[in-house]
Amino acid sequence: MQVPAPFEYERATSVEHAIALRERLGEEARFVAGGHSLLPMMKLRLANPEYLIDINDLSELFYISEDANEVRIGAMTRHRDLLDSELLAQHFPIFRDAEKVIADPVVRNRGTLGGSLCQADPSEDLSAVCAALDAACVIKSTSGERVVSMADFHVGPYETAVGDAEMLTEIRIPLRPNSGSAYEKVERRAGDWAIVSSGAAVWMDGDVIANGRVGLAAVGPNTTSIETVSAALSGAAPSEELYQTVGDIAAANCSPQTDQRGTAAYKRHLAMELTRRSLRRAVARATGQEA
Amino acid sequence: MQVNMTVNGQEVSEEIEPRHLLVHFIRDQLGLTGTHWGCDTSNCGTCVVLIDGEPVKSCSTLAAMAGGHQITTVEGLEVDGELDPVQEGFMNCHGLQCGFCTPGMMLTARALLNKNPDPSEAVIREAISGQICRCTGYSTIVRSIHWAANKETKVSLGSAS
Repeated sequence: MQVPAPFEYERATSVEHAIALRERLGEEARFVAGGHSLLPMMKLRLANPEYLIDINDLSELFYISEDANEVRIGAMTRHRDLLDSELLAQHFPIFRDAEKVIADPVVRNRGTLGGSLCQADPSEDLSAVCAALDAACVIKSTSGERVVSMADFHVGPYETAVGDAEMLTEIRIPLRPNSGSAYEKVERRAGDWAIVSSGAAVWMDGDVIANGRVGLAAVGPNTTSIETVSAALSGAAPSEELYQTVGDIAAANCSPQTDQRGTAAYKRHLAMELTRRSLRRAVARATGQEA
Repeated sequence: MQVNMTVNGQEVSEEIEPRHLLVHFIRDQLGLTGTHWGCDTSNCGTCVVLIDGEPVKSCSTLAAMAGGHQITTVEGLEVDGELDPVQEGFMNCHGLQCGFCTPGMMLTARALLNKNPDPSEAVIREAISGQICRCTGYSTIVRSIHWAANKETKVSLGSAS
């Protein structure tokens, strides 16, 4: 029987309460959201927090809302709600692409956006999605809030910019006119972690790409987007040659390792091919050729 | 710590260790062994119970986290000696062989039909895709859920006329 090591359990009743608990309990405390990554890690003693702070009652963190400039998603919004959201499907179809292939419907009933990003697993899909979409993360503490880019949020494998007395509360995604996005993943079997995945987001200025981003998962310690991809896309006219060029940049700028999911060479090939596909589809969506 | 929740319509109040997982709480402390304990890694889905009507893998949920919520286990499907149509469907369409995955399959099916009374085969297959049947009896499981959907649709049509 696999059971976590002993810990003390607290249930937060508000964001302020949750942050106050973290501030008081310090680095030995962890928030638990869906728990479907953290609890298995605790069973294996890969994580041994002394305190677990349950944040599932924080209904103020379950939302997807929109204003003129951005879409805001509460950190406790569950995978199921990200998948079902018509608002997200309309503005950022990359979310539905990715959510369809994250774990399975029952796990998606529990897992959350904030939990996925804070887990910061290099193979995790939503980090790549948020990197492609140029999302910003709102981190709260008793002294106020700060907003960090995905590049600054994701510090390394299983490591984020969220401090011991802080909490990720919201993800903000900029709305851009004439935009499109898509996600492509190859996995060994349905619901598994990615062998490699690639997410692309572009926004058009007439017939040319104003700018765009690509986020990769499972090809190295970090899932942040690649600067040189944006440079290649900026002002370029969409073409198969462009997709190939960007695919090659993605392959050259990742650092996959050979493991039971595949060889480094195969993963590098996937990074190229999946970037071509996600970019092609993102452009097709931005130009109204594909839903 | 003390935890209070509703299990199959009954209030329970129990002393638990915070690290106690919901699946063990249900099986060992409440004695409801219909909920099965399988892979322990949220992959196989035999430990599925309903929390506030939503299927959840109880091996990756703490009993403490279920406090204050409504839990339904396979024992709660039957009402006053009458089987749930999903249970009848599994019986009539041979939806089980060894029976290990069955409680989780039936609860997920129940939650699906509550939301979508007339699901297509594709929708049913997607709904149970987080659950593994090592006898590979998926075709009969899908057929069983269809059977239940048909029975319930007929009943509700009957009562409407």
